[in-house]
Amino acid sequence: MHHEYNIVGGDFTRAGYASSQVKKILRNLDVDTAIIKRTVIAAYEAEVNIVAHAYNGIITLDIDADSIRIVLDDMGPGIEDIEQAMQEGYSTASDKVREMGFGAGMGLSNIKRNADELRINSEVGRGTQVEIVMYR
Amino acid sequence: MRVGDIVNILDARIVCGGDRQEYTIDVAFASDLMSDVLTLKNDHVLLITGLANMQTIRTAEMSDIQCIVFARNKKVTREMVDLAIENDIIMIECRYSVFRTCGLLYQAGVKPIY
Amino acid sequence: MKVKDIVHLLDLTVYSGEQGLDREVTGGYVSDLLSDVMGRADTGQLWVTLQTHKNVMAIASLKDLSAVLLVNKQKPDANTAEQSNEEGIPILGTTMGAFEVTGKLYELIR
Repeated sequence: MHHEYNIVGGDFTRAGYASSQVKKILRNLDVDTAIIKRTVIAAYEAEVNIVAHAYNGIITLDIDADSIRIVLDDMGPGIEDIEQAMQEGYSTASDKVREMGFGAGMGLSNIKRNADELRINSEVGRGTQVEIVMYR
Repeated sequence: MRVGDIVNILDARIVCGGDRQEYTIDVAFASDLMSDVLTLKNDHVLLITGLANMQTIRTAEMSDIQCIVFARNKKVTREMVDLAIENDIIMIECRYSVFRTCGLLYQAGVKPIY
Repeated sequence: MKVKDIVHLLDLTVYSGEQGLDREVTGGYVSDLLSDVMGRADTGQLWVTLQTHKNVMAIASLKDLSAVLLVNKQKPDANTAEQSNEEGIPILGTTMGAFEVTGKLYELIR
C-alpha cells in the first residue's frame, strides 16, 4: 500500500495533516495501538520539521505485512551537522516556530525514541531525507 | 477526576465535548511545548496549556489526549473546534493562569505524571 | 517568602545566581512561551518553565522576576547560567514536572 502527501513549508495551520491521515490508515488496518502511537508521533515531529525549516516536501507511506515505512523528503536548507542536530536541546528554529510550541530541540530525539529504524540524509543547501521504519 | 469537576473547580467553560462530562482523567500535565507533550506515554492525560493553535489539537490527536484546558484566557478558533470534534477531544477554556490552574487542580487531588 | 525558603521547602537545586536567593517571591508564572512571559509576567514572580534558551535570562531580567525554575531535570545552558550570575537572578531546578511543582508552589505562595 502506497500513499503520498505534499507538505508546504511555513504552513503551520496544516502541519500534522499528513500524520493524521497516516494515523487513520493504520487504524483501519488494525495495527497495534502502541505501534500507531509511536509511528504517528515520529511522523508528526518529522512533518513539523519540514513545515518549520523547509520550503516544501513530500511524505510517502508504504505499508506491507511486516513494516511501515515513512519517508520525508524536503527541499530546504539541509542539516550541517546531523549529530549535533540530534542532541536534545539543540535547535536552529526561528522565534516564530518557538512561539508555535515547537523548536525546543526535542523533535529529532523524539523521532529517534519512537522509531524502530531512523535514517537521516542531508545535503546543505538542498534538503533532507528522513526515513522512519516501524515493525508491525 | 471527571471533566465536569475540572470545569467547576476552574470556573471554566467547555467549548466542545460537553456531552462527555463523565470522562475521567488520571493525571495532568502542563506545558506549552508540544514536543514535550509528545513524550508522554500515559493514557487519560489532562493537558493544561496556554498554547492555543491547530498544533495543540494535532499534538493531542497524535498523543491520544482527550481533554485540554486552555488557560490564560486563550480562545480557541472555529478551525480548532472542528478538528477537536473530529478527534473526540474535549476542550475547556479557562481564564486563570497556568499557575493558578495547576495549583487549583493539584490541591483538588489531581495527580502529576511522574 | 524568599527564593531561598522555596528552595528549602521544595528541595530545589540552585544552578546559578546564588546572590539573588534573598529576593522576595510575589507569585508564580508558568509558561514556556517567551513572548507570553514578556507580556504577562509580573515583577517578583517566580517563573516555572522547561525553556533553557539563552533569552530566558534576558526576559527574567527585563521583567525583574525573582527566579527561574527549570522543571523536569532541565539544566541551564552555560551562557544562561553566566547571565544569571551577572543579574543575580537565581536559576533553580527540579526533577518534578511543571504541574507537580506548581501545585506545591501554589500551596506556599498563592
